[in-house]
Amino acid sequence: MNFHAVKAIYVFEMARWWRTIYQSIVSPVLTTSLYFVVFGSAIGSRIAEVDGVGYGAFIVPGLIMLSLLTQSISYASFAIYFPKFTGTIYELLSSPVSYFEILLGYVGASATKSILIAVIILCTARLFVDFEIAHPFWMAFYLVLTAITFSMMGFIIGIWADNFEKLQVIPLLIVTPLVFLGGTFYSVSMLPPFWQKITLFNPVLYLVNGFRWSFYEVSDVSITTSTIMILSFLAACIGIVFWIFKTGYKLKT
Amino acid sequence: MSDLINIQNLSKVYSNGFKALDDVSLNIKKGEILALLGPNGAGKTTLISAICGLVNPTGGKVSVAGYDIIKDYRKTRELIGLVPQELTNNQFDTVLSTVNFTRGMFGKSKNAALIEELLKDLTLWEKRNSLLMHLSGGMKRRVLIAKALAHEPEILFLDEPTAGVDVELRQDMWRLIHKLRERGVTIILTTHYIEEAEEMADRVGVIANGKLLLVEEKSVLMGRLGKKALTMDLVTPLESIPESLKSYDLELSNDGNTLKYSYDNQGESTGITALVQALSEVNVRFSDLHTEQSSLEEIFIDLLNVPNDSNHMVEQKQ
Ligand SMILES: Nc1ncnc2c1ncn2[C@@H]1O[C@H](COP(=O)(O)OP(=O)(O)OP(=O)(O)O)[C@@H](O)[C@H]1O
Ligand SMILES: [Mg+2]
Repeated sequence: MNFHAVKAIYVFEMARWWRTIYQSIVSPVLTTSLYFVVFGSAIGSRIAEVDGVGYGAFIVPGLIMLSLLTQSISYASFAIYFPKFTGTIYELLSSPVSYFEILLGYVGASATKSILIAVIILCTARLFVDFEIAHPFWMAFYLVLTAITFSMMGFIIGIWADNFEKLQVIPLLIVTPLVFLGGTFYSVSMLPPFWQKITLFNPVLYLVNGFRWSFYEVSDVSITTSTIMILSFLAACIGIVFWIFKTGYKLKT
Repeated sequence: MSDLINIQNLSKVYSNGFKALDDVSLNIKKGEILALLGPNGAGKTTLISAICGLVNPTGGKVSVAGYDIIKDYRKTRELIGLVPQELTNNQFDTVLSTVNFTRGMFGKSKNAALIEELLKDLTLWEKRNSLLMHLSGGMKRRVLIAKALAHEPEILFLDEPTAGVDVELRQDMWRLIHKLRERGVTIILTTHYIEEAEEMADRVGVIANGKLLLVEEKSVLMGRLGKKALTMDLVTPLESIPESLKSYDLELSNDGNTLKYSYDNQGESTGITALVQALSEVNVRFSDLHTEQSSLEEIFIDLLNVPNDSNHMVEQKQ
């Protein structure tokens, strides 16, 4: 195992983020505050409790998931797309590193960053609403696993994309709708029966509900299903990544 | 075992069907400097890329220090430093951090003293905290060299190290290469400049259209350079070379109008005086004569089968 290489990639990625740290922190804090002003206070005050939880508190796990997913994908996809774009990928390919080590460095850094952002959002939210975390261990479990899974997904997108449009098209056209329709801001039981069925095909639903359950012990789906879903999602990403590495897809000519 | 790199029947067909390497076999000895010469698109970069792991070969085998480049890629890559042809850099990184990054990628722990010496050798020490985007092109190339040497490789690949580099830097580069060679580093460089190959290499390989046309000791090539030719325009055409002149290395043109005499100008005597006497004895007279010397460039062009047109290479030289 080439730990020096994993560390080199990880430190490089973290350093790049650190250079724009204020931007990185200010933007999620600001966005979260806006969500709470609009949804939590303005609209939320007119919405009754959802599943016995005040609306402001209800949306906290969803908001964190929203940002965790989008940030994980965007950090990881940019991180691997950039060396491809500038040509410095030659260094990764000619170093004595395994693909697993490359993945560990990039996904590790991306997951670290998005988890930090999630924690910042959690703290910001606490300033607006009162809530408690019923199962901190499970909360951390969902947080870390989701960050890793979606960082891997971002990594895959970054390798697949050969221009900037492609880099943004999946997060924009697929991930964002899935997150918004995955019960981030509502309980699925509030939807008409037909749409409830449709929503069950949305993988993000399971992440959001599992995560929300770790806060308030309320969930639209069973917690076992949630856990199985996130694990199979992770397995799928691992499968794709290994296929990419085995074939050198879009990495080697 | 004196062969450090062993290339056997290597070929590469790109996904678009283009055959960039065609059955290349080559052994590179430990400690030597090998120059790969070839026109644009010959396959030099592809060859280097295949050895370094940037390109998947479609056929053949390469081993480095006895290890297979695919199966034992960690072992082989640890030994290799690569300076790519293109200037690729993380623009927002500093010189020092990018060099340290490469050392880390090769699994080595930090060594501040070594990096300091390296950057001083390449006159980059003053610039160590500059962002790469604030460096000139020549400096960026030096950074790439520093990166390639940061993990103390035993083999260095230099893909056109002196393209777009001023005279001073080129001489710095040559000095550095000689210094590395004294340390026993094996160096493979590609170039368009024949004088660069002449200056630095122990052996020269010529590639064109994906084929390795020749690999030879530079001294052997230089021996060919010693050959001169004397061409005589005859007053009356000859049908054949007279019997009494058979002992000379003579060549008669097809129309019988010119006679070409090849001789070694580094030999004790050229034999010209004797030839001229022998010619007048059989009454062969000439109206004009001139001499020419074959250059490495000519050998090169001969090999590439570009009939009498050296513009291509001349352009490259300027
Ligand atoms: N990814 C690729 N896909 C298809 N063809 C390629 C690819 N890369 C290189 N080639 C082709 O392979 C041939 C050899 O290219 P290569 O870069 O090895 O040449 P070179 O000898 O290094 O040339 P130069 O002196 O210009 O650097 C060229 O004709 C080039 O167009
Ligand atoms: Mg080239």
